[in-house]
Amino acid sequence: MFDLDRWQEIYHVLKSNKLRTFLTAFGVFWGIFMLVIMLGSGNGLENAVTRNFADMATNSVFIWTQQTTIPYKGFPRGRRFNYDNDDATALRNAIPEIKYLAPRIRGGDFFSTNNVIRGLKSASFSILGEYPEFFLIDPLYIDKGRLINDIDIEEKRKVVVIGTRVKDLLFEKDEEAIGTYIQIQGVYFKVVGICKSKRTGEQAERENQNIFMPFTTLQKTYNYGNIVGFFAITSQDGIPVSVVEEKAIQILKQRHAVAPTDDRAIGHFNLEQEFRKFQGLFTGIRVLVWIVGIGTLLAGIIGVSNIMLVVVKERTKEIGIQRAIGATPMKVISQIITEAIVLTTFAGYFGLVIGVGLLELVNYLLESSGADSDMFYHPGVNFRVAMIALTILIFSGAVAGFIPARRAVAVKPIDALRYEQ
Amino acid sequence: MIQIKNIHKSYINGQNNLHVLKGIDLDIEQGEMISIMGPSGSGKSTLLNILGILDNYDEGEYMLDGKKIQHLNERKAALLRNRMLGFVFQSFNLVSFKNAMENVALPLYYQKINRRKRNRIALEYLDKLGLRDWAHHLPSELSGGQKQRVAIARALITQPKVILADEPTGALDSITSQEMMDLLTEINKSGITMIIVTHEHDIARRTQKTIRIIDGSIQEIVENEAGSTKFEVRTQVQSTKYEVASAPSCKHYEKVA
Repeated sequence: MFDLDRWQEIYHVLKSNKLRTFLTAFGVFWGIFMLVIMLGSGNGLENAVTRNFADMATNSVFIWTQQTTIPYKGFPRGRRFNYDNDDATALRNAIPEIKYLAPRIRGGDFFSTNNVIRGLKSASFSILGEYPEFFLIDPLYIDKGRLINDIDIEEKRKVVVIGTRVKDLLFEKDEEAIGTYIQIQGVYFKVVGICKSKRTGEQAERENQNIFMPFTTLQKTYNYGNIVGFFAITSQDGIPVSVVEEKAIQILKQRHAVAPTDDRAIGHFNLEQEFRKFQGLFTGIRVLVWIVGIGTLLAGIIGVSNIMLVVVKERTKEIGIQRAIGATPMKVISQIITEAIVLTTFAGYFGLVIGVGLLELVNYLLESSGADSDMFYHPGVNFRVAMIALTILIFSGAVAGFIPARRAVAVKPIDALRYEQ
Repeated sequence: MIQIKNIHKSYINGQNNLHVLKGIDLDIEQGEMISIMGPSGSGKSTLLNILGILDNYDEGEYMLDGKKIQHLNERKAALLRNRMLGFVFQSFNLVSFKNAMENVALPLYYQKINRRKRNRIALEYLDKLGLRDWAHHLPSELSGGQKQRVAIARALITQPKVILADEPTGALDSITSQEMMDLLTEINKSGITMIIVTHEHDIARRTQKTIRIIDGSIQEIVENEAGSTKFEVRTQVQSTKYEVASAPSCKHYEKVA
């Protein structure tokens, strides 16, 4: 029920010393403002980094070959070796935990020269042989057309999917690329799709310069035989990819006569671990932010409590009168606690609104200026966090009011009446 | 209405144990108008506070309207004060940010009576006391006499059994004081028991009985009749006492000067 007398009293108390009310409120305001800003910035950082994972399956591992470092089975150390198509079959058969397995080849031999020609234009791009599974592991935006499919693999079709940068360099601005042919290292390929990286910054630029062709086409066309450059593997949902990683490395070592103890012969990168590291980092940041934020907020709350104590002291006589004419202790306590809650909630709400407003402004400026930062993206706090902050505020307002309220009713009405300022 | 038997009260202040009331016995009938007199420090205010359930007592028995008043918690005490008692203070003790009407209505607020109803009742009471036109003025805009009348209206609004007035005329000039006493007498005639603490003889004389307290015990109870010579004599005795009592402190001031 709306109780006008109660609000009248609150208004009177808060108004009677405006500067004091303002300074007290500012403490709480600042606490919640800082909390929001810090949480929002933390989120901005996190968003930027997770965006660079770009929907990539985080339970994926990449395995490639390096030189052996231990002599084994009559082979000397320092031996180079290659994976082959049979390895892929063997891995698939031996490890049921594998969800996707994509053998890949990077056409590295013709990397530096102008390997791609179309009409009078030529440029140098990365040529990658892929299975369709790879696009499930590391997804791309399809700008136009399609990606590599199973029939391409089976029929070893001479088709390519090109990055947007490739299209920009080889074609005129509004020229239709799909269906045209480009010459890669002397062989003509039909463009069937244009793709775009989901990443940002340099990484995206690099990926947009890729040309994807069917794995089998690349093997056959450029004389790779049955060589596989490296494997991209994801584990079944719910199974840590490290399980797959371990088993796969063990099998590959066996198949290529690599000493079981030779850890450097096989290169591997576990994205899951990397992702975990980031997650740990951000959890750490978040914990820190909450500790600092709550600390700042607590300072504000203590300020409120302190001021309420002074207010109670100033109003001792008035409270005495009210109690003499029938205000119960409960009434007095609830009055003072309400005052504290009102003060903290108003101040905190402003802090919340202005904090969120500032984050939105930064976001707006970032976006409108086109500065696509690797380090900061979509700062902001979600609704749940805002609600938590507000709950903390109201609760702490009640706590802030509690001690002064107890003080107010601890004084006997008669002592309160007799009290002289 | 009020029976107290052998009431004792001490204040413990550090090492000092100040025995303020030393066995007070008092019977006050319903509808009586009595005054309590005594020099400062005699315990008259303490007695009034105990009667008003604002303070507790150490020993004895206090019956208010047939109910024993002892070891009440603050909530019950507040409710009893609200329902049974009305207070009038020397310094009026109005709430500064509420206007006259809201001040009068305040006790009803604690009874959880809705705003419209309690303000209507408050206006009726202000009307009775001739303050209708001042209902929406803040206490700071009222004269002393008006403030005290607002305070009286506030005391009356719960229709209490007893009104306790602590030096109700202490802050008023003599003409206003007499008006105030007219008012209190009139209220008393409606059947409300009236207890007035005062040190003004003019005021005490207008009550039916004067209870004189000295050093924490009742020295005598005087039935007042207007213009009683007996009373005049006592006044002189009293004033002599005051002079003697104040002499040492004067010397002290001289020394300081």
